[in-house]
Amino acid sequence: MALVADRSFYVLGVILFMIVWQIAASLRLFGADFSEAFSPLAAILALIEMIKNGELIHHALPSLRRVLLGLSLAVVVALPIGVLVGYFKRVEQLTYVVFQFMRMISPLAWMPIAIIIFGVGDVSVVFLLWLVAIWPLILNTSHGAGRVSPLWVNMAKTMGAMDMGILRKVVIPAAVPDMLTGLRLAVGVSWIILVPAEMLGVPDGLGYFILDTRDRFRYDQLMATIMAIGMIGYLLDSANRWLIHKFSWKN
Amino acid sequence: MITSMNGISSQEKPLLELRDVSKTFMKDGAEFRVLEKVNLSINEGEFVCILGPTGCGKSVTLQIVAGLLEQSSGSVILDGKEERGPGPHKGMVFQEYALLPWRSVVENVELGLELKGIAKKERRKIAEEQLELVGLKGSESRMVHEISGGMRQRAAIARALANRPKILLMDEPFEALDALTKEEMQIQILKAWEKTRTTIFFVTHDVDEAIFLSDKLCVMDINPGRVKKIITNTLPRPRHELVCRTDSAFCAIRDQIIQLYSSLKDEDLDLVF
Repeated sequence: MALVADRSFYVLGVILFMIVWQIAASLRLFGADFSEAFSPLAAILALIEMIKNGELIHHALPSLRRVLLGLSLAVVVALPIGVLVGYFKRVEQLTYVVFQFMRMISPLAWMPIAIIIFGVGDVSVVFLLWLVAIWPLILNTSHGAGRVSPLWVNMAKTMGAMDMGILRKVVIPAAVPDMLTGLRLAVGVSWIILVPAEMLGVPDGLGYFILDTRDRFRYDQLMATIMAIGMIGYLLDSANRWLIHKFSWKN
Repeated sequence: MITSMNGISSQEKPLLELRDVSKTFMKDGAEFRVLEKVNLSINEGEFVCILGPTGCGKSVTLQIVAGLLEQSSGSVILDGKEERGPGPHKGMVFQEYALLPWRSVVENVELGLELKGIAKKERRKIAEEQLELVGLKGSESRMVHEISGGMRQRAAIARALANRPKILLMDEPFEALDALTKEEMQIQILKAWEKTRTTIFFVTHDVDEAIFLSDKLCVMDINPGRVKKIITNTLPRPRHELVCRTDSAFCAIRDQIIQLYSSLKDEDLDLVF
């Protein structure tokens, strides 16, 4: 029963982490005043309370909505660009330097510009999330589209395919695993950028709630929110891993 | 005299003609002559094997016919028209199968029909017919990674035939297969050829394979690649029994080919067939 043993070790890791955290809090390693609120026990109790009174849902839903909106817009823009960049060498050459340059800039650096253009609020947050999500999507898609076997392309030509047919029947499906890898990375960075982006003056969301709990001195709720962010992020990533498993072809 | 299966003699009408086809590649800044004025004609319904050692340009010749490579000079005439570029009227079977791994067997066979815009129901019907022809009935929904090399090549043949090509081009299609599967596939391709009467242009470096399959053998020479001799193969058909390889007529053709190669210069004799 290797599988059961494997699984129990995953769970054991989480339990050990909680125990170490609890011991650190009990030893007042986080400071005399804060350690109690920072303990996992306090955080879990606060989390249960936040689930019961609906506060968690109230802030998690707008966050998820923003991330999904940013991701969807990024997918719509990035996948076609990625396919063209990967398939046409000239497009790759034209965009290479600009894309490599742009992707190294933290979207938070664009924050003031986003606010000048879109104002304080949802649109600015979604814009920043979109901006961080497009690069892994473009770069992975173009990587996938660029390493399509020339044998498949030749085969498609002998089947009567022109550029459009080659893209639709060979290049795009061949790049699906890389697109999904790009999506997984995009979800990861979006979820990470979400918290600072939601500190931009929106009235709800998990990032906003972090600041709110701080201002109310509810450090147990702050820790509970951090836990919730981690858990939702983990679930989103698991969903992505499932997508990759489900839709990646085997050679 | 070439006699077809039903006893009616074929019309000797050239379907494919290569006229003075030459090919030059640039290699390290120098011109490298791969093909020198290849002339060859293939009649409708004929099974022609092009045979030669590695580097004689036999695969290049086939790729020029397929339209995947462009000749440096000369012309390729198919059905009276000068050929340019690839197309579904010239079915190609690659040594490495070139099946798309995200598609099932039947979906791979449907590819050309999809590109032609044929409706789903109709193309499924055609694909299933072709799969039955190559002996893959029952494996329609299997994925490429689940089936053997021999089955993959059968699927690739069905895919090429589904377009109803004027000519089927096969580029060392059985080279990657083990010896037993290879012989099985040779019989299979003969059966499919007899049923469909599709003209086949088949590249191989296997002398026995070429003799077993062909009506006509085009023996290639090397440095530069050119046609050395065209041999008409009058071995009786059907040739479904592999024992015919020990026939004296079979051996006579083989001897003739071996003779051709032993007349080559010494440095060219070190050739891998």
